[in-house]
Amino acid sequence: MKQILLILQREFNTRVRKKSFIIITLITPILFAALMVLPTYLMSRDDEKARNIAVVDLGQRFSNVLESTENLRFSYITDTPIDQLKTTFEKAGYYGLLVIDTLSNNPDPQLTMYAHKQPSVTVLSHITRTLEKEVESRKLTSYNIENLDQIMANVKTKLSCATINISSDGKEKKSSTMVAMALAYILGFIIYMMVMLTGNMVMQGVIEEKHDRVIEVIISSIKPFNLMMGKILGIASVSLVQIVAWIVLTLALSSVAMSFLGFSTDPTAMAGVDPSIAQEVNINTSTNEMLQAIQNLDFGLIIGSFVFFFLFGYLLYAALFAAAGSAVENESDTQQLVLPITIPMMLGLFVMISAIKAPDSTLVQWCSLIPFTSPVVMLARIPFGVPTWEIILSGALLLATFVGVTYIAAKIYRVGILMYGKKATFKEIWKWMRYKN
Amino acid sequence: MCIEAQKTGINLHTISQNTIFANNLRLTSIMNLLETHGLEKCYGNYQALTDLSVAVPQGSIYGLLGPNGAGKTTFIRIINQITGPDKGQVLFAGKPLSSTDIYRIGYLPEERGLYRKMKVGEQALFLAQLKGLDRASATKRLKHWFEKFEIQSWWDKKIEELSKGMAQKIQFMVTVIHEPELLIFDEPFSGFDPINAQIIRDEIINLRKQGTTIIFSTHNMASVEQMCDHITLINKSRNILSGNIDEVRRTHGGNVYSIQFSGNIDSLTNITAQSEAPFEIMHHNSERNELQLRSNLPTTNALLGLLMQHIEVLAFKPLVASMDDIFISAVKEYNQSHGIKTV
Repeated sequence: MKQILLILQREFNTRVRKKSFIIITLITPILFAALMVLPTYLMSRDDEKARNIAVVDLGQRFSNVLESTENLRFSYITDTPIDQLKTTFEKAGYYGLLVIDTLSNNPDPQLTMYAHKQPSVTVLSHITRTLEKEVESRKLTSYNIENLDQIMANVKTKLSCATINISSDGKEKKSSTMVAMALAYILGFIIYMMVMLTGNMVMQGVIEEKHDRVIEVIISSIKPFNLMMGKILGIASVSLVQIVAWIVLTLALSSVAMSFLGFSTDPTAMAGVDPSIAQEVNINTSTNEMLQAIQNLDFGLIIGSFVFFFLFGYLLYAALFAAAGSAVENESDTQQLVLPITIPMMLGLFVMISAIKAPDSTLVQWCSLIPFTSPVVMLARIPFGVPTWEIILSGALLLATFVGVTYIAAKIYRVGILMYGKKATFKEIWKWMRYKN
Repeated sequence: MCIEAQKTGINLHTISQNTIFANNLRLTSIMNLLETHGLEKCYGNYQALTDLSVAVPQGSIYGLLGPNGAGKTTFIRIINQITGPDKGQVLFAGKPLSSTDIYRIGYLPEERGLYRKMKVGEQALFLAQLKGLDRASATKRLKHWFEKFEIQSWWDKKIEELSKGMAQKIQFMVTVIHEPELLIFDEPFSGFDPINAQIIRDEIINLRKQGTTIIFSTHNMASVEQMCDHITLINKSRNILSGNIDEVRRTHGGNVYSIQFSGNIDSLTNITAQSEAPFEIMHHNSERNELQLRSNLPTTNALLGLLMQHIEVLAFKPLVASMDDIFISAVKEYNQSHGIKTV
């Protein structure tokens, strides 16, 4: 135990003190924060700039329908021909030239926007929606219905569908598919990334020891299994520290940046959703619902199973990566040995993506039980609600597989680390597994 | 007539070592620090060790010889508990080898190195702690060694910044830092220039004086002759020759003599032409009137008496066989008698 701790300490200290570790730990949150803040910032910058748009209303039927807003100023031009305007509008300070053409028998106008840059969706949707409303109300007026305004007000309907999960004991909870999807994706992806990155670090560490020829010196003082476990746990603690640092720094940086730039941390603004579109899906109510749904998530279960599935998923794969590393002497030789390890993990990722769409499909169900894919897939299923027995079964299978795989990996590792000069084939590794101690 | 040992210097050296050895024996009572009985080990179909028994006396320098692939490294790895034997027993200080015995053994493997990207001091501390030392005493001992080798300035350097020879010094240091009772060196001098090799050799002799038992695996026969008290020759997974080095050299010397003479040797060559000749002439330098011959007679006097009948013997000395010769002839003989082709 003391020896495992010594190995763990060495792995941790040498890695955490590396310049590359410090740089990556500091730079990544800056990138993440920038990714969160910049789109909102740019969007608001874009909107702040008031734009002048020249309007030519050929049929004279929509005069002054387009009213200037804070960001868009419409100027109706009547005295200049279109062809001339097309060449001069930019010099005259206009962002674009809108031509409203009307055909004699058609109440709908034909709209054309001339601009040197692609006009933004916000601008176009503002124009079309304003004119649509105008045309609609004109059409309605033409039917000469009495008390039209009142009728319209009565007719107007807005529906939303609340989703409520009923648990087996009959309790009702507000839920949100959006939240579940987002959470599922984030959890599954974090586990995938962590296992792959950290597993690779383990493999490189094993190769380094072999390459530096220090392995036999160490192995004369410590059992190979202890060395392997110390290394795996040490590297896990390094990436745990890194992840915590990333989360804390990203949140801190982005909230500092947000408040510095003067935004509220309103989720609609954060998400960079076009306000007009947001209005259409009625994002305000759904934001409330989402918050409620988030509060209603079983965080105990999610955090608990995240820790469990991450830990044992990582340990399972790390042992395999360690075994692969022990069988080669150079990183360039790892390709063919790593492939069988990464394939189940990749499969897990793909199934996880389909789990977000259909969390109860048979494929997803099976993959959330099979130990090599379960860490990723089960985590993605949990926010949607999974029967307890399935979680327990999946966890038990993972645990049992971890023990078995680690036992076999340790056997390969024990022989592999002392083999020099030849690249191991799968056949040879199979032989090593059957060597007696 | 002058009978003298050929390699006077070396023999004197051996004698002085034997005196120390004898002293050690008297002090510690005769015992074997390490004994193995009937060790067997196979990897798949490959037989690495067969019925290997050796006894390493306390306080000795024990040479482990043998061609590549004979099983030396497997043997050493079993003692270091890196791998376990399929059959047989290892006794350390009279008791079956236990897992805490690794703290009493120091091992310098042939495939050796250090973490290239780790600082010297930190690394030495780490390895010393792995061998069971606590941090404080490890630091103290290391400081002492660094002063002794005058390398204090290396403490914060990375191994990759050091030359190979420098790194080897550090490696030697961390091998002995926990003051083990048994030290195992696998090809200790490879990678050292002659000056540094001498420093290490002195260091090893020094350790032995302090009572450390040393097992030495090497191809370098000169260093075996110079340093070892006992040897075991392993070939094709078996112990084919074992014992005190002087005894081995005497019994396997092959009775070769160097003779200076005057007179005609025709009558001698006539004798060798007979079947079952009492001796054979291996080498004849006619300009300097020197002969080298291998005797088949039971005693030196018988040979001398026979020679004196034919030539005037001016000088006569037995040639002690070099370990090189013994090694080669023993391996050849074994392989021939077992129908194995020597490559």
